[in-house]
Amino acid sequence: MAVLNVNGQSMSADVDPRTPLLWVIRDALGLTGTKYGCGIAQCGCCTVHIDGVAARSCQIPVASAAGKKITTIEGLAVDGKLSKVQQAWLDGEVPQCGYCQSGMIMAVSSLLQAKPQPTDADIDAAITNICRCGTYQQVREAIHAAAKA
Amino acid sequence: MNAIAKIDRRSFIVAAGAGGLSLGFSVPFASEAEAAVTQPEINAWVVIKPDDSVVIRVVRPDMGQGSLTGLAQLVAEELECDWSKVSVEYPTAGENVARKRVWGAMNSSGSQAIRSSQDYVRRGGAAARLMLTQAAANEWQVPVAECKVDKGVVSHASGKQASYGELAKAAAEITPPDPKAIVLKDAKDWTIAGKPLKRLDTLGKVTGERVFGTDVKVPGMLLAAIRACPVNGGKVKSFDAARVEGMRGVKKVVQVGEDAVAVVADNFWNAKQAVLALPVEWDEGPNNKVSSATIAEFLKEGLTTDKTFIGNKAGDAAGALAADGVRKISATYNYSFQNHAPMEPMNATAVFTPDRCEAWVPTQNAEAALAGVIQASGLPAAKCEVYAVGVGGGFGRKGRADYVIQAVLIAKQMPGTPIKLIWTREEDMQHCSFHPITQCEMTASLDKDGVPTAWKMRISGQSIIASLAPERLENGMDPAVFMGLTPASPEGMFGYNIPNVLIDHAMRNTHLVAGFWRGVNSNHNAIYVESFIDELAHEAKQDPLEFRRKLLKPKQLAVLNAAAEKAGYGKPLPPGHFHGLSSMHTFGSYVAACAEVSVTDGKLKIHRISAATDPGNVVNPMLVERQVAGSFVYGLSALLYGEITVRNGAVEQTNFDTYNVMRIDEMPHVDVVVMPSGGWWGGVGEPTISVAAPAVLNAVFAATGKRVRSFPLMKQDLRTS
Repeated sequence: MAVLNVNGQSMSADVDPRTPLLWVIRDALGLTGTKYGCGIAQCGCCTVHIDGVAARSCQIPVASAAGKKITTIEGLAVDGKLSKVQQAWLDGEVPQCGYCQSGMIMAVSSLLQAKPQPTDADIDAAITNICRCGTYQQVREAIHAAAKA
Repeated sequence: MNAIAKIDRRSFIVAAGAGGLSLGFSVPFASEAEAAVTQPEINAWVVIKPDDSVVIRVVRPDMGQGSLTGLAQLVAEELECDWSKVSVEYPTAGENVARKRVWGAMNSSGSQAIRSSQDYVRRGGAAARLMLTQAAANEWQVPVAECKVDKGVVSHASGKQASYGELAKAAAEITPPDPKAIVLKDAKDWTIAGKPLKRLDTLGKVTGERVFGTDVKVPGMLLAAIRACPVNGGKVKSFDAARVEGMRGVKKVVQVGEDAVAVVADNFWNAKQAVLALPVEWDEGPNNKVSSATIAEFLKEGLTTDKTFIGNKAGDAAGALAADGVRKISATYNYSFQNHAPMEPMNATAVFTPDRCEAWVPTQNAEAALAGVIQASGLPAAKCEVYAVGVGGGFGRKGRADYVIQAVLIAKQMPGTPIKLIWTREEDMQHCSFHPITQCEMTASLDKDGVPTAWKMRISGQSIIASLAPERLENGMDPAVFMGLTPASPEGMFGYNIPNVLIDHAMRNTHLVAGFWRGVNSNHNAIYVESFIDELAHEAKQDPLEFRRKLLKPKQLAVLNAAAEKAGYGKPLPPGHFHGLSSMHTFGSYVAACAEVSVTDGKLKIHRISAATDPGNVVNPMLVERQVAGSFVYGLSALLYGEITVRNGAVEQTNFDTYNVMRIDEMPHVDVVVMPSGGWWGGVGEPTISVAAPAVLNAVFAATGKRVRSFPLMKQDLRTS
């Protein structure tokens, strides 16, 4: 039985301890905002925060996430108020299909924690998530907008 | 059978101007039967509720291209309702069948979603407005011509007024007007359509609440992972289920059709682990001798065959090429297989009982998915249903029903248990319907003034139609091969006025399935034509823009000029930066691009692309701009990295580590000139993708003097010393 702290709540799941955190979050806990895209940490669709830092949950065995503070896309808004990154995404009409955007938003939120005013070079280095719709231009603009917000 | 969950359509209704933000977890499916689409309706397209809220029906899937918002804008424009009160709902394929296809085609493909339905959806909106106005006139006993409509309120000079919500019940009883007699608004009078309105469906994409196919939850559902024979055309010979049946979470091991095995488990991870561990013996068949090298030889032979399909013939190209005093130039190009690789891999959820089969599918074509459910379940259409859910990227791949059929075939072996089948990325990479592979040889002649006198072009390679819909071949010919190359098709003409032209196709189909991949045959056709035109310009020692200007047909020239002007073509660039051009007429639209690149120590940097598009009419210019920029990422990913190769009959690439795509650090700044000139309706999602790659290639030549004719670009040495 894995016991996890997800979005401030204690949750438990009866899974193999080697199960990647991604599949525990999605299939056992039912939080499907975190997506599967590649399973090998290439695409970033599965990005969550672990103790406040972006991590690709497809590579993290659930056993090693125990005792840590896990935040998923569903945990970003507080009391119904979107986070500033989510708001910038909404205002800037960033998503196209939207499938990668949970991971993108989680990666960007972590970047802005570390670097509140990122340069374009910072963005290039930190945001390696794949978006096949090609929203990168809007992503960059929204990161700068969120940094100013 | 009550065990089959019914979809709760309310969870798929998206609202404009929705102030409240619900962060509770949306429950996508209710356990009790719901009524069909929202009632009461004025007609198939429009429902008005007593509180004046308006529900507009849209049936063309939105994979991010904006068709949901755009089609709602068109209906709302003619309805003259209050846009802030509009929400959208998606009728099911089964409802469309039951109502004799009142909503028409349900596909989003071929850049058709807006242009093929704009006329009848606008008439639907207008008919509803006329019925609502008539209801007011009847109520007030005044001539209908004296009634006016403004934002969902009908008024009369006498001071009487009534809202659509108040009139809806009476309006629904009125005999609908003859749609053909309705006069639609002129685009210049639009107030909702033609405007850069925000999408209606963004909120759920930033909160994680949007339900994509992979996110579907049905009570009692189990997860399935699948492995098909790695060699297309091969079959399952045997498998040893007992070896994995004891693995954690495993519920059942099944064969799926002739060529695949699947494991059903309590979660996807357990299903995947077991299906990978399952010992399977494959009968690979003769295709296991095929490799990229044998395919290349097979296509190369097609470059010289005399058995071809002719797509464009004018004058006497052979004679003109043999004439005295002309300079002949030849070049051979090739373009490889590409995988669509949408971020959401193929998946579908299905539940089967002997009485009914239902599936929840991220699909670009709900009717094709329904046909797949009918076929795989063996049940009559009336006992089948497909609920189209959020599509995490489609790009042409999700118009097929292969993955839907698989889900049903698995569900059929566990009656009553909902099964969610998800392909691993590795499965998705191997079992695509790939962008067709082609080679192309072109020969042209220039007269003494550098004017082209002949253009001969031979394409050898796959036909998508032969792969996916052979019944649509025309006497064996696939006309779609000639996208952008035809003499006069409104869908896409060869843009250059050259007196002697011969463009033909040697069909060479491989065992890999060819499919519709965003931009389809325009991708390689544009690379071939626009690169070779650039070669001719340089051979003629003319500026590539000036050279094209003398040859291009007017509307194609107009977009090229606009892109060049936006880019500052001909003006000084930063040191080491160079421009490249391209243009195309395809999917009914005229498109052009001017790329600005630099190449330093062999490393390419694409700084900026200025684009122009004339699709005739534009419903939402903001969404058009995003489609242009997004299509460039898709097209340039293929140019820079995309290549599916074959060894022993199987695809060699497995995931994004071996099939790389562009990231944000490689994204050029994209400027878009949206310049609708009116009079027709062209496509948006696909035309522009074709011009990105050749514009970059022509800029690379300007920067390095190297003409790249084989791709992906990352395999080429761009160092100049």
